Amino acid sequence: MATIKRTKFKLLPGQLLEMFYWLKLIRAFDERLSILVRQGKVRSGVYTGIGQEAIIVGTAFGLRKEDYICPLHRDLGSFLMKGVEARVMMSQMFGKVTGLSKGRDSALHSGVNELGIFGNTSMLGSNLPVAAGLALTFRMEGTDNVVIAYFGEGASNTGDFHEALNFAGVHRLPVVFVCENNQYAYSVPVEKSMAIDDVADRAASYGFPGVAINGNDVLAVYQSTQGALARARAGEGPTLIECKTYRWHGHSEHDKAFYRTDEELAMWKSRDPIPTFTTYLKGLRVLTDENLREIEARVTKTIDDAVEFAVSAPDPMPDEAVRDLYTGDPEP
Amino acid sequence: MSREVTYLEAIREALAEEMRRDPKVFVLGEDVGAYGGAFGATQGLYEEFGEQRVLDTPISESAIVGISIGAALRGYRPVAEMQFADFISCAFDQIVNQAATLRYRYGGRASVPIVIRAPSGGNVGGGLYHSQNPEAWFVHRPGLKVVAPSTPFDAKGLLKAAIRDNDPVVYFEHKYLYRREKGPVPEGDEIVPIGVAAARREGDDITLLTYGAMVTPSLEAADRLAKDGVEVEVIDLRSLLPYDKDAIFASLEKTSRVLIVHEDVKTLGIGAELSAVIMEERFGALDAPVLRVTYPDTHCPFSHMLEQANLPNADTITDALRRLAAY
Repeated sequence: MATIKRTKFKLLPGQLLEMFYWLKLIRAFDERLSILVRQGKVRSGVYTGIGQEAIIVGTAFGLRKEDYICPLHRDLGSFLMKGVEARVMMSQMFGKVTGLSKGRDSALHSGVNELGIFGNTSMLGSNLPVAAGLALTFRMEGTDNVVIAYFGEGASNTGDFHEALNFAGVHRLPVVFVCENNQYAYSVPVEKSMAIDDVADRAASYGFPGVAINGNDVLAVYQSTQGALARARAGEGPTLIECKTYRWHGHSEHDKAFYRTDEELAMWKSRDPIPTFTTYLKGLRVLTDENLREIEARVTKTIDDAVEFAVSAPDPMPDEAVRDLYTGDPEP
Repeated sequence: MSREVTYLEAIREALAEEMRRDPKVFVLGEDVGAYGGAFGATQGLYEEFGEQRVLDTPISESAIVGISIGAALRGYRPVAEMQFADFISCAFDQIVNQAATLRYRYGGRASVPIVIRAPSGGNVGGGLYHSQNPEAWFVHRPGLKVVAPSTPFDAKGLLKAAIRDNDPVVYFEHKYLYRREKGPVPEGDEIVPIGVAAARREGDDITLLTYGAMVTPSLEAADRLAKDGVEVEVIDLRSLLPYDKDAIFASLEKTSRVLIVHEDVKTLGIGAELSAVIMEERFGALDAPVLRVTYPDTHCPFSHMLEQANLPNADTITDALRRLAAY
């Protein structure tokens, strides 16, 4: 079986700082959402990815506009990285007309074709066959664009997972399957939902490589993704990258997560991807006190602006509830 | 120019012509490639268009629809074949949650132009899992369109309309009609618009609403009633979502009596909705209760005796028409 070449993909200082910015921004976006839920300003449907940010940043960094991503519910940050404005994404969470859904749903349930973002339903894993379909069209057109499809270890137990990865394997489609293994499917720990240790092992059934990596190390995620993307762009087929990680919050913001221990959470918090990367960048002297302050200020400004925009944006008109069901429907 | 072809050939012609017309149209499904489909609906397509546009898939109905959705988002017009409509339940989530809601939740900024072909219906000795009529499940889901042709002309024209439609269309083709139904079909483009019913027989006394394989026994029953001096107007709905409310109301204004006939089971079938709408909006025009002749609320048994006991036929339809006429 093929293996991933552990090629070192060089990053320039400016790119490293950009990665750092995304990590900080996505963390701040989710943290603010968490506060807004507690304040009763955002109604519900908030599934933060706090603690898992290195996966989105390491995989989505440097993607082409034409490349497609098929995010899961904790990946709102990937929408931002692919070009959706923070204002629009925050509006989406507030159910405002300025959101991607015009208030019809929140979070990941909307996409943008022009930016290569597919918005999935709440049926976890059901984005994977769609990802295969998107990748199939890249193959039909002979381009070297790729699809990155995200899923949790929980969704790797669905039929759609099997059907999609099998099809992608048969046709050697240009798709990278990224598993965010955060140890729990809502409350059910991984050992109660799988009889194997690594989701990555499942790739063998579909005839392509699978690797399990430290999902809290943004550079490790980036390196593995670049290897997988190179394979996909060269027509060598899919790769499954399992990123081991942990979600700090509950499944959703209303979930107190009593099913896990404080010690376990503390252990994973000690592996927070952001301080690790901060120390690394400071060691390289890429990150200085000065540009750190500048980045943090930019993050705060972006989030403040997004919230302010979303709060003051209009609610949808009631007739929006029955529009846009069909293409011929009159526009409001 | 028109010549006689079978219902099945009409489907094949529509696929081939649409694939020639638009390079974005492709077909996918189980055994649709070199084998030509379990019923032969895709015969010759593989030879003409190659394996990229006539794609054999693994037994993965959910993925077949999911892949179609992905391709549709990139501007393609996939036609997915469910080998039997009975198997469509395996793809239910992708159809009702993914495809049906996408335009809505995308704020109207995207469409899902896919067609899901579903060979449906009984009277073929298929048993529980090769005979079903699951159309009502999909009529219950806003965002989808549902059609069910009864003639070769409509089979071709509605499939063309479905392929050119920008929204997901579930296309129920009745297996009993594949080779038994033969009729005039134009060689060129003749689109049968979605949402428009067709009167198969005119009459002033009773309106009979039906579709699919129930059209023929309905016409036979109508002919029997004509001998009693009762003229039945038989309306072939052709489209189930949206259905042609104007045609239904126009007919019942004339007749004041309505019988609904379908092969699907009774409870919450298409007939339940049509009956409710008629009573809500045209109660004053009725001289009799709306009646239904349907499959009983049971499964599709294998034994010929049992299957025939369940299927509506010209006799059971005639009985219902006579009851209505006597009102």
